[in-house]
Amino acid sequence: MKILVLLRMVPDVVEELEVAADGASLDRGFLRLIVNERDENALEQALILKERHQGTVVAVAPEAPEVDDVLYTALARGADRTVKVTGLEEGLGSRALASVLAAALSGIEGLLPADLILTGCQAIDDLDGLVGPMVAEQLGMPYVGIVTGVDVDAATGVARCSREYPGGVRGSFELDLPAVVGIQGAEKPPRYVPIAKVRAAMASGRIESIPAVAGAEASLLDVIEMRKPVVAERAEMIEGDPDEIAARICEILVGRGLL
Amino acid sequence: MATATVLETPDLTLDGLLAAPEGRPLLSCIQCGICAGTCPYGDVMRNTPRRLIGMLREGFIEEVIASDDLLSCVTCYACWAKCPRGLHLTDVLLPLVKEQVLLRLPQVPAELQSALSNTLRYGNPMGESPRKRAAWVDGAGVPVPILKDLGRPVDVLWIVECYAAYYPRGQDNARATARVLAALGVDFAILGTEEKCAGECARLVGEKGLFDTLREQNMATFRKYEFASLLTSDPHAFDAFRYLYPSLGLDRPVDHTTPFLAARLDALRPRLTRKLGYRVTYHDSCVLGRHNHMHDEPRRILEALPGVSLVEMTHNRDNTICCGGGGGGMWLDTYYKAKGYPRLSDRRVEEAAATGADVLAVSCPYEVPRFEDSLKVLGYDDRMVVRDVMELLAEALAD
Amino acid sequence: MAGAVWVLAEQWRGQLSDVTFELLALGRQIADGLSMPLETVLLGSGVEHLAASLGTADRVLYVDAPGLAEPIGEQGSRVLAGLAAERRPGAILVPITNVSWDLVGLLPARLGAALANFCTDVKVVDGSLEAQCLVFGGKMEVRALPRGETVVLGVLPGARSADEGRSDRCPEVERATAQGAAAARVRLLGYEEPAAGDVDITQQEVLVSVGRGLQGEANLDLAEELAQVLGGAVSGSRPAIDLGWLPVTRQVGKSGMQVKPRLYLALGISGAPEHVEGMKDSALIIAVNADPGAPIFNIAHYGAAADLLEVVPALIDKVKEQKR
Repeated sequence: MKILVLLRMVPDVVEELEVAADGASLDRGFLRLIVNERDENALEQALILKERHQGTVVAVAPEAPEVDDVLYTALARGADRTVKVTGLEEGLGSRALASVLAAALSGIEGLLPADLILTGCQAIDDLDGLVGPMVAEQLGMPYVGIVTGVDVDAATGVARCSREYPGGVRGSFELDLPAVVGIQGAEKPPRYVPIAKVRAAMASGRIESIPAVAGAEASLLDVIEMRKPVVAERAEMIEGDPDEIAARICEILVGRGLL
Repeated sequence: MATATVLETPDLTLDGLLAAPEGRPLLSCIQCGICAGTCPYGDVMRNTPRRLIGMLREGFIEEVIASDDLLSCVTCYACWAKCPRGLHLTDVLLPLVKEQVLLRLPQVPAELQSALSNTLRYGNPMGESPRKRAAWVDGAGVPVPILKDLGRPVDVLWIVECYAAYYPRGQDNARATARVLAALGVDFAILGTEEKCAGECARLVGEKGLFDTLREQNMATFRKYEFASLLTSDPHAFDAFRYLYPSLGLDRPVDHTTPFLAARLDALRPRLTRKLGYRVTYHDSCVLGRHNHMHDEPRRILEALPGVSLVEMTHNRDNTICCGGGGGGMWLDTYYKAKGYPRLSDRRVEEAAATGADVLAVSCPYEVPRFEDSLKVLGYDDRMVVRDVMELLAEALAD
Repeated sequence: MAGAVWVLAEQWRGQLSDVTFELLALGRQIADGLSMPLETVLLGSGVEHLAASLGTADRVLYVDAPGLAEPIGEQGSRVLAGLAAERRPGAILVPITNVSWDLVGLLPARLGAALANFCTDVKVVDGSLEAQCLVFGGKMEVRALPRGETVVLGVLPGARSADEGRSDRCPEVERATAQGAAAARVRLLGYEEPAAGDVDITQQEVLVSVGRGLQGEANLDLAEELAQVLGGAVSGSRPAIDLGWLPVTRQVGKSGMQVKPRLYLALGISGAPEHVEGMKDSALIIAVNADPGAPIFNIAHYGAAADLLEVVPALIDKVKEQKR
C-alpha cells in the first residue's frame, strides 16, 4: 500500500504577525513558519496505517523556510521517502500551492499511482483554496474532509473514514481508492521522535528535490488590504495582579446577579 | 563524598558506557541499595540505580528500557550523593538509560512532548516566542545591556535562562538579580533574544539529541562574543555549562548567581540596609546544593540580610528533599498524578511549614512555582511565601 | 457579472441550519447591491417542504435525488458545479460549518472559480464584490477582491443574524435536475451520536471553559472547583478534548456544541473562529489569557491578560468569600 502525505508550512502564530509595508501581506522579516498542524496529523495517520498494513509513506512538501527540518523529522518518524518541490515564488496562496503539488506528483518518479493521499483538511492561511479538494479534483479522485479516523482495506480497494459533524456527531464513510482524505486529527497525537533520530536522519537521510512544473494556477483573489482585526468593541481589559483581577471579576459577577 | 566532575566523553551512549571512563566504575557497584533507599520515589520506582546497574552488568537492560518506569526519576542527585562508590549515577547513567526509554516509549506523555518540542523550536519549554525573551528587562529599573548591542567584550555574560526570562515569578528573580549586579557595578550583559535553553533538563530526561543540538547552537552563539566569565540564574544551566560544555570548547569560568554574590558579600554589605524582619528557612536545591555542595553560600547571603533569622528544616544540605521539578519532572505532573504519586513539593513544604518560618528561600527557578503551588494546595499560603535568595537580597538593598 | 447570487441552503437531518438564514440575509444585500436576483439552492431527497421558509430568496432551486439525501460534499459539489456551469451565478455563498466544509473546498475546484474563504462580511463596491476575511486563526483581517464570472464565498457563521434572513414570504420553487449522477465514490454508512455525557453543557447557566492555556490535565481540578463554586460546569475548546482532558460532550465550537450560557469564562482559550462560533452568543464572556493579542479578547466583554493558573485560585477564594 502506498500513501502520500502532502505537508505545507504556514505562519507560526506564536510569533506576533505583522503587516508588511505594502499593507496587504505579512511581513516576512519577522515571520516564522511551522508545519500545518493538520498536515502533521495526516503524516501521523499515514504512519499508523503503514504500521498496521505494511506499505510505504511518501511525504511531499513545497519548498519553504524550515521545510527541510520537517521532512527530516518525517523520515525520522518513519516516512520512507520525502520530496521537496522547488523553484516556487515566495508567498504563494493555497490555490497555487495545490496546483503546484498536483502537477508535481505525476512528475515524481515512482510516486503515482498511490492508494491514498492524506493532507490536512484546513490550514490557517487557506484564504483562496483548500489543498486536499483541489488536488483531488486535479487527479480525478474522490475527497472527504474533517476526518479523524481512517482505515484501508487494500483488498477491496476501499477506505473507511470517520468524519466530524456538529454536536460531537460522527459520520462513517466508505470511499473508493485511490482517494484524497482531508485529515482533522490522527487516531493518536503525532508521535514524538527523539532529536537524536532526527539528527541521524539529517546525516544519512535524503530529501529528493523536484522543480515545480511551470505555470502554477494564478490566484483569483486579489488581497487589497491586510490588518489586525478592527474590533468594534474589544473586551474591557482588567489590569492588576491576580488578586486584583479576581476581585474585579467577582464584582462584575455580583453586578450581573451571577453571585 | 561524590564530587561533580567535568564529563569528557561527549558522545556517550548506553551501549558504550561500561567501557568509557565515566562508566567503568559501575562494574564495581557493591549492590548495597543505598541509592534505592534514598530515592524520593524509591517506593514506586522498580528500576532503582542498584537494579539498573545489576541489569546492565548482566546484559538484561532491555527489560528496563522497555518500561516507562524511569520517567519517575526526577534526577535529584540523592542516589549520586549517597553512593559509597561515588558512581556517576544521576549525571551519567540515568540520562543514558532514559535516552533509550524515550526511544522505545510508544507514547511520550503529552506535556513532556510539548516541553521538548517547544524547547527545540523556540529555545524554551513554554513555547513562548524567542523574540520576547528579553521582555522582562523593561521594569528591571536598571540598565540591562544586550551583548549584541553592546559591541564590546564584557566581564560577565549572564545567562538568565527560560523560567527567569518568561515566567512572571521568574522575572521577579531576574529583575532582582539585575538590581544587585548593578549595585555592585558588575560589568555584565545578557544575550537577550539570542539566548536559548542550556538543555540540561532535556538531557536529564533522556533527550540527549536535543541537548546536543542546543549545546551546538549555544556554543556557536558564545563564539561570536568575548566575555571573561559566564554567570547563570539556573542551577541546571550551571551544571551544563560547567561540566558538559567544556568538552565542546567552553573554557571560561562558570558561576551561579548565588555563590557569585556570596563571594561579593563584603562589597554588598554596606548597601544592605533595609531591615527585612523575616524568619527564613532555606531549601537546598538538588543541583546547587547536593550536586555542587554549595550549602554555605546561600546561607551566608541570608545571614547578611538585616533582620533575617535562619531556621533549618529537618532535611537540609545534602539530605534535602527534591521539589520534583528536575529531570523532566516539571512537565510530568499529570503523568505522576495519573500514577498516584505524591507530590514531592508537598512533602517539602510540610517540612518548611513545620519550622514556623515566614519565608521559604530558594535558589532554583523551578522551586518557586512548585512550592507556591504546594503552599496553596496545603493551605499554608497565608503564612508563608516563597522567595528566591536574589529577591531577598534585592529587597534588603538600599536604593 | 451574469446571473444571480446563490446561497447554498444547508440542510442536515431534515432541518435547515440557522446559518442558512444568516447567509440569506447577507446574500440579499449582495444581490441588491449587484442588482441581481437572489436564489437559494436546496439539495436533498424529499425535502421540498423546507423550501417554504427560504422566502428571503427570490427563488429556490431544488434538486431532489436519493444520492443527495445526505449533505456529502463529493456529490453536492458535482451537482452544484453542474448547475452553476449552466446558469452562471455571479456568486455562490457557502456556509463554513462541518456539514458544508467539503463543499467550500470542492466547489471552487470543480468550477475553476475563485474562492474567498473565512468571510465575515461581503460588500459590493463599485459593482464588484469585496470580501472581508478573517485569517491566521483570527489574528489578521483581509479585504480581498475575487475575480471571475462566478466566485465562491465561504462565509463564517455570525456574518449576519439569522432573523434578518427569515421571511414569511413563500418563494418560487423550481425543480432543477441533477447532472448525470456518477456512481457515488463516497458513501455514508451511518452516524454515531456522542456517548451520553454526565452533563449537557448546552443547558448550563455557567460554563468554565478551558483551552491549551490550562497547560496540563493536572490543572483541571482548578477549573472544576471554580465551576462548582459558580454553580456551573467545565467545558473546553478543541485542544482540551484532543489532549484527552475532557470528553467530546464538553467540546464547544464548530465540531462540538453551540452554547449560550449566562456566563462563559474562557480560560487559556485563544479564540480561534472555530471555537468562537460555538459560544459568541453567551450573555457575558470573560476571558483570561496570558497573550494580550489573543483573538478571544475581540469578542469577550471583559478580559485579563494574565496567567489563569494564578487568577483562578484567587477567583475561587474571592467567590467563596462573597458567598459567605
